[in-house]
Amino acid sequence: MTTATLTAQPQIATVGDYFALLKPRVMSLVIFTGLAGIVVAPGTINPLTAFTALLCIAIAAGASGALNMAYDSDIDALMSRTANRPIPAGRIERGEALGFGWTLAVGAVTVMGLLVNIFAGVLLAFTIFVYVGVYTLWLKRRTPQNIVIGGLSGALPPAIGWAAVTGSLSLAPVLLVAIIFLWTPPHFWALSLWRSGDYARAGVPMMPVVRGKASTRRQILAYTAVLIPAGLLPAAIGLAGPLYLAVSALIGAWFAFDAVAVALENDETKEPAAHRLFRVSLVYMFALFASLIAERLLHIAPFAGWM
Amino acid sequence: MSDAEDKARRRRSIAIALALGALVVLFYLMTMVRVQP
Repeated sequence: MTTATLTAQPQIATVGDYFALLKPRVMSLVIFTGLAGIVVAPGTINPLTAFTALLCIAIAAGASGALNMAYDSDIDALMSRTANRPIPAGRIERGEALGFGWTLAVGAVTVMGLLVNIFAGVLLAFTIFVYVGVYTLWLKRRTPQNIVIGGLSGALPPAIGWAAVTGSLSLAPVLLVAIIFLWTPPHFWALSLWRSGDYARAGVPMMPVVRGKASTRRQILAYTAVLIPAGLLPAAIGLAGPLYLAVSALIGAWFAFDAVAVALENDETKEPAAHRLFRVSLVYMFALFASLIAERLLHIAPFAGWM
Repeated sequence: MSDAEDKARRRRSIAIALALGALVVLFYLMTMVRVQP
């Protein structure tokens, strides 16, 4: 037996490998924005019901991640960023990941529908459908708009949190969804600027691969120009107060500065501005929702709003 | 089955048992919450 065949032997799946299938870093942001939806929604919710709703949001996000890794294991194997994921690395079989993912997905939606409320359960099911059905299976390999439309899935958790409390939706949660929806393209396209070689090798039609880097930079700037004002709107509609407004304006300005730097970038090999924009985009999203939550915890009243 | 495989399977089984136990507790407590007047 040669060394090559020895290394190709199936490895042992650990608990950590199954946890990695859940994309824990994506899950943490989804839990955070879902929590913000619960905290800012009008009305009260039993803390245990709120915990159950968050758990369902987290598990559904994890299930979506596992299903995404199962259906995309062929392209994950071709990209350096994803080649060591449990399925392409041979530690978990694709069929096992599918069973794991679908079990968690159905379980999370069922528990949300039965123990929290039906509407939140339906929204959760829709979120999984957008990520797995629309993004992973339909759009990802077909159009550079894949992450734009698929981004709706990652944007929905605040609405699910809101629906867990109220059983309905209104302008405020839709605005929070819109903010994350607008944030997704500059966030992912910044990453794809320095990973474009990976995506090209795997045949994934990300924006820099299909339209080129110059077009991607312009589109990042365009989305940022809409995102930053949209990020201020929660204060205008009476959802947020002075702390949120200050955080949104300051980090929004930092975001815009780095988006301009990406647009003017000359170093196409290292893409330092894109790295910076990717990092600041994470800070921006975290800070926006953290300040929303903090205002409620600190009893800082939202502005009266003009709606 | 090698020792390493046996150990990994044991750890997975413990994780599944803990998850199921936590779900039983959660469903019990949520039932109490929902049946409260």
